Amino acid sequence: MGYTLNFSAVWRSFDQLLWGLALSLGLAFVAIAIGCVLGLITAFGLLSKQGALRHPARIYVTIIRNTPILVLVLFTFFALPQLGIRLGKIESFVATLALYSGAYLAEVFRGGLLAVPNGLKEAGLAIGLTQAQIRNSIVMPLMLRNVLPSLSSTLISLFKDTSLAAAIAVPELTFEARKINVESFRVIETWIVASCLYVATCSVLAALLRQLEQRMSIPR
Amino acid sequence: MTGNLLEIRDLHKRYGEVEVLKGVDCTMAQGDVISIIGSSGSGKTTMLRCINMLEEFQGGSIRIDGEEIGYDTAGGTRRRKKEKEIARQRAMTGMAFQQFNLFPHMSAAENVMLGLVKVKKMARDEARIVAEKWLDRVGLAERRDRFPGQLSGGQQQRVAIARAIAMNPKLMLFDEVTSALDPELVNEVLQVIKDLARDGMSMLLVTHEMRFAYEVSSRVIFMNQGRIGEEGNPREMFLKPQTERLAEFLKTSTFN
Ligand SMILES: Nc1ncnc2c1ncn2[C@@H]1O[C@H](COP(=O)(O)OP(=O)(O)OP(=O)(O)O)[C@@H](O)[C@H]1O
Ligand SMILES: [Mg+2]
Repeated sequence: MGYTLNFSAVWRSFDQLLWGLALSLGLAFVAIAIGCVLGLITAFGLLSKQGALRHPARIYVTIIRNTPILVLVLFTFFALPQLGIRLGKIESFVATLALYSGAYLAEVFRGGLLAVPNGLKEAGLAIGLTQAQIRNSIVMPLMLRNVLPSLSSTLISLFKDTSLAAAIAVPELTFEARKINVESFRVIETWIVASCLYVATCSVLAALLRQLEQRMSIPR
Repeated sequence: MTGNLLEIRDLHKRYGEVEVLKGVDCTMAQGDVISIIGSSGSGKTTMLRCINMLEEFQGGSIRIDGEEIGYDTAGGTRRRKKEKEIARQRAMTGMAFQQFNLFPHMSAAENVMLGLVKVKKMARDEARIVAEKWLDRVGLAERRDRFPGQLSGGQQQRVAIARAIAMNPKLMLFDEVTSALDPELVNEVLQVIKDLARDGMSMLLVTHEMRFAYEVSSRVIFMNQGRIGEEGNPREMFLKPQTERLAEFLKTSTFN
């Protein structure tokens, strides 16, 4: 086996990869931001005493979590237009990932909400706070601290899922890498570099979240 | 106006099928300090929680300063008041819990300030001054920037009392505030309550500390199986119990 690594072709197209990475990050950021809001609303729905709120939330989470994300991506992009809903590929992917992350984050947030002791809500009621004030000043801040450790792995997972956008030709990192691979035939080199970019980005993300976790930790 | 601070009439409370308060009547004047004693499961906690609308109740009425708590019963129908209205009524009473229930992500001062800012709509600076005054009163001026996790149980309970008192309630409710504490921390908390009693604070306290109940109360209520079994001034109650039940209960209680 006389294969010698030659990265020059990859370096020549490196800025293409970086643009791809930038798009990956952009997709993840927008989708997860929407997913957080969706997840939070769904988490409160899952914990609601009213079936009219709880059942739809449960159905949403169950369907999404039991469907492979690639199927969801393809469904939104190829099947929805048949039903008259036409989205661009980026919008289509962002919508899918937002819906997908909402379902996963809902379970994470639900766990965090359950871990807030009931006695604290009662203490809030006892001083005359309204339910909304209790939610904003007591429940949410504590829930956030409860979920931060596990949120990190969920967010990284969701970021990596942006690579599936390649399946519908969104020019993010994986798509760009495949293009370079096809054009240059430097298969090993291209995927090594692409992988390194994913690893580096995820590590930075993890470090940032750990820092946030430390900043928000409660002195004891 | 009858002049009564608290007026409970024929209070009934069920959990599902089980009736735990079976018609409780109780009146209390401004400045009264009433201890509620009784064996486990007799309904002491439930009674306090009804006064603060932390529990719903199915029959009877509770009035504070003449104002009906929790429900509108005018015209023969009984309707739960609006949440906002109930929140306002809850602020008329202060409550201290067995488990302190301090907000763990806030410093001692912030715990006290929260209600002042959110409910009393005070400016933060003003709220901080009030909070510091009350933390000073419970002997924790130096600990005001500590978090609950950095305080002993006794200190946490004193912060919790300051948090309730700072809201300037008409009536304080204490539910076994020393029973989660190590014995050596009990006295610092009881001392705070005694000081409040001396200053004329009206309070209703559930306690297993019989000597404390004897010393601090103007009246003692003995709860028995969801009813008031006996009540009177502490001297009569403890020295000459009228009912077999109370005599039995006192025999199994420790005075220290
Ligand atoms: N959330 C609940 N659901 C069902 N039953 C309850 C609930 N809370 C209390 N009870 C029941 O109501 C009765 C009165 O309870 P309560 O807590 O008022 O007693 P207590 O006098 O405060 O007792 P203790 O001295 O043990 O604190 C008990 O029989 C208890 O089992
Ligand atoms: Mg109790």
